[in-house]
Amino acid sequence: MAGRRPGHPFSSRTASLLAFFPHLLLAILEGTVAAAVLALSALGLSLVFGVMRVVNVAHGEFFMLGAMLAWWIAKMVPGGPAIGFVAALVVAPLAVGALAFITERLLLRRINYDPEATIVATIGLMFVIQQLALSMFGADAKAVSAPFTYRIALPWFGFSGYKLFVVVASILILLGVWWVLAKTKWGLVMRVTQFDRETATAFGIPVTQVYSAVFVAGAALVAVAAVLIVPIQQAHYLMGLDPLLMSFIVVIIGGLGSIKGSVIAAVIIGLSDGIISMFFSPTLASIIATLAVALVLVFRPQGLFGVPAR
Amino acid sequence: MTVLLETRGLSKNFGGLKAVSDVNFRIERGEVRAVIGPNGAGKTTFVSLISGRIAPSAGTILFEGADVTALPAFRRVQRGIAYTFQITSIYANLSVAENVALAAHQPGGKASLYPLERVGLADRASQIAGTLAYGHQRLLEVAMGLALKPKLLILDEPTQGLSDAEIDNFITLVREVAKNATVLLIEHNMPLVMELAHRITVLDRGMILADGTPEDIRANAAVQAAYLGTG
Amino acid sequence: MTARIVMLHGAVILALFLLQFVASDYAVLTITRIMVLAIYALGYNILFGYAGLLSLGHAMFFATGLYAAALGVTRLGLAVPEAFVFALVCGIIVSVVIGLVALRATGVAFMIVTLMFSQAAFLAVLYFGDITRGDEGIVIKDDQRNFSLFGDAVNLADPVLRYNIALAFLALAIVLCLVVVRSKIGHVLVAIRENENRTAMLGYDVKRYKLIAFVLSGSFAAFSGAAYALLFAYAGSTLASIQYSINPLLWTLLGGAATVLGPVLGTALMFLLVDFASGFTSASLLFVGVVLILLVLFFPKGILGTIRQRWLRWLP
Ligand SMILES: Nc1ncnc2c1ncn2[C@@H]1O[C@H](COP(=O)(O)OP(=O)(O)OP(=O)(O)O)[C@@H](O)[C@H]1O
Ligand SMILES: [Mg+2]
Repeated sequence: MAGRRPGHPFSSRTASLLAFFPHLLLAILEGTVAAAVLALSALGLSLVFGVMRVVNVAHGEFFMLGAMLAWWIAKMVPGGPAIGFVAALVVAPLAVGALAFITERLLLRRINYDPEATIVATIGLMFVIQQLALSMFGADAKAVSAPFTYRIALPWFGFSGYKLFVVVASILILLGVWWVLAKTKWGLVMRVTQFDRETATAFGIPVTQVYSAVFVAGAALVAVAAVLIVPIQQAHYLMGLDPLLMSFIVVIIGGLGSIKGSVIAAVIIGLSDGIISMFFSPTLASIIATLAVALVLVFRPQGLFGVPAR
Repeated sequence: MTVLLETRGLSKNFGGLKAVSDVNFRIERGEVRAVIGPNGAGKTTFVSLISGRIAPSAGTILFEGADVTALPAFRRVQRGIAYTFQITSIYANLSVAENVALAAHQPGGKASLYPLERVGLADRASQIAGTLAYGHQRLLEVAMGLALKPKLLILDEPTQGLSDAEIDNFITLVREVAKNATVLLIEHNMPLVMELAHRITVLDRGMILADGTPEDIRANAAVQAAYLGTG
Repeated sequence: MTARIVMLHGAVILALFLLQFVASDYAVLTITRIMVLAIYALGYNILFGYAGLLSLGHAMFFATGLYAAALGVTRLGLAVPEAFVFALVCGIIVSVVIGLVALRATGVAFMIVTLMFSQAAFLAVLYFGDITRGDEGIVIKDDQRNFSLFGDAVNLADPVLRYNIALAFLALAIVLCLVVVRSKIGHVLVAIRENENRTAMLGYDVKRYKLIAFVLSGSFAAFSGAAYALLFAYAGSTLASIQYSINPLLWTLLGGAATVLGPVLGTALMFLLVDFASGFTSASLLFVGVVLILLVLFFPKGILGTIRQRWLRWLP
């Protein structure tokens, strides 16, 4: 998780409430960024689960690959971070999408999307990708520069303009995906497939192709998320576990398969995570979030915002 | 005769749909009762409420005079309410004998093959249940109901997919079972119902439309209109 | 229990006993470790193989036993046998509590619930680093491990003694497992795995049986964890990580789910494979990943499962 220490607090000896405010503001800002990151990384998982009813445990590794590719491209492409960033935004989703395509064909399709077998198989895939990333890129963490370095000056501290850019980009991407799902023919096809595989087949929808497309789209989305996020984190071959667990958390609390629920959950968790991390400890924040998920799944399996299954 | 099972104001809503609506129903000990009604009338829902597979929206269920409404399904089975599924539900990967042994609560042991003999499957005891023909799977389902030695045996469309010869055997079987158990039978096969049932209850759109002897039902104009006329 | 079943399992235990006389020092150590971890896999298999419940969080029970034993000795000043019993009791309590909650979920939700609980436990180990010493782990000193049993001094640093203790534990676990799966409980668990609805409608208290399987399996894990901590004098946070939740799944799948000896065979084979592979590559994770994928694709019944299906129908 990104470092959430205040860069330099403030030096004021006025009333404690006043002294408290900048901390809170920073926590909220960081929390908003965290929420955007969460919503964005969970989006692909939510889409795949929503339509295909399978959990892709290698989701976090697709994220890691996206981040690694962003680093590698930034290194290979001349002309500064901005050009590297744009190149990565194009190449990483394509490359990760291609890997997802192969995975869907050779793995998921062969086990007929059986939920349990898919989990076990994608756990295997997770290890394979981790190990390959380790051999190819090494074990050290890799910093990627942001495409621009503008800092917003606040009276108490400066805040990275790029982080706010990530928030805006996440909102745009989420709106875009929502638009595709709600307003286009593709979205309709996906919703019919999600509703019932047999019905979809009866309507002449090529279900396997839809699955394939959704799986690839989910992977490409998480790769985009990674490219956006890697400048405020760092790339590392084990970085995938966090977004995976976080995606689980968001997707489950929000209601599996519901994008709106995921976004609300991301905001709640991002903000509370930011605040708890700031005033207590990031580990404690994660413990609370994971326990919350377990309890939500047990006592409200449709998620806090989902509707009960038929 | 004494009342074995009684429902009072039993209702089940699925969202806005009243699948079972305010049903007051009694069945006497030793009776063979048929429940008939068009597709979607709520027959399966009704017996599912009795067996405890689903919880009612309102109403009470009394079995042998005791209120069992709040009991989970398995406790009702232990008290003597056995249920056979409309959609065959057997252990497809286990042997026929093990299916019946599980029903007799002697899994892995030497359970009696008597229920299999009663339905004519004794010679297939060691076969894997999933490899049986469909009609035989239905019979296995019935055999499992028998192995439970129930006081009330609920059969949800047991003859669906059986051949004529198998149906004849089935009639004999139910007569025999009825000597020491009460049978609640859901059936679409009217000749069979007329031949077997002591009384018939007609459900339509979740409500009891008529209740009486086979002769009463045959003569009932409302039933004719709702059901028999079309059949 | 039929004679050939007793003979087969007896022969396996006897073979393991004899192995110590021919094995190298290094092999004795490795086999000791395999035997301790095989107990973990045996318990996992009761839940996964027989009851059909796939947990992704058993590391939390393994870690409960591990840390309860290690902290019992180092912090609470318990003698080794006391710490062992303490760890078992903790394991049982934790599995009852988690089981009561987690078993309300089914299918994929159950997997994720267990994963999440286990992750919370792992994070808690890191969070309470003052006590658990986090990554670095707790090392039990040799003088804390010495104790006397029935008047004899026992020194757990002795590799041969350790080997035989581990073997005795494993033998106990195998026998327990055999008794369970051949009892009524074992058959009802299989029935639940095959058709849960039907089993409830035959009058079985499905929730209770699932809880029994869960607690048995969690207790085996805690048993194995406690033995691990005390025999190898170490408890570290990696042993509580997700990797350690996936290991018993991998071992069980490889050896054959729902066969008593499958998890033991799977644990041993996986150790040998990783050991063998590390001779020419450091990519042991790659290996684990590839084996998992191949198992799911081509070999879902595992080794003993396939053997049972093809040749030995009587194999428990
Ligand atoms: N779980 C459920 N959720 C929502 N609606 C349901 C559910 N089960 C049944 N229904 C609806 O309740 C009504 C009654 O269904 P039920 O299965 O009880 O009818 P039935 O009389 O058994 O029909 P059939 O003769 O076809 O077996 C139907 O309209 C059905 O669609
Ligand atoms: Mg019906």
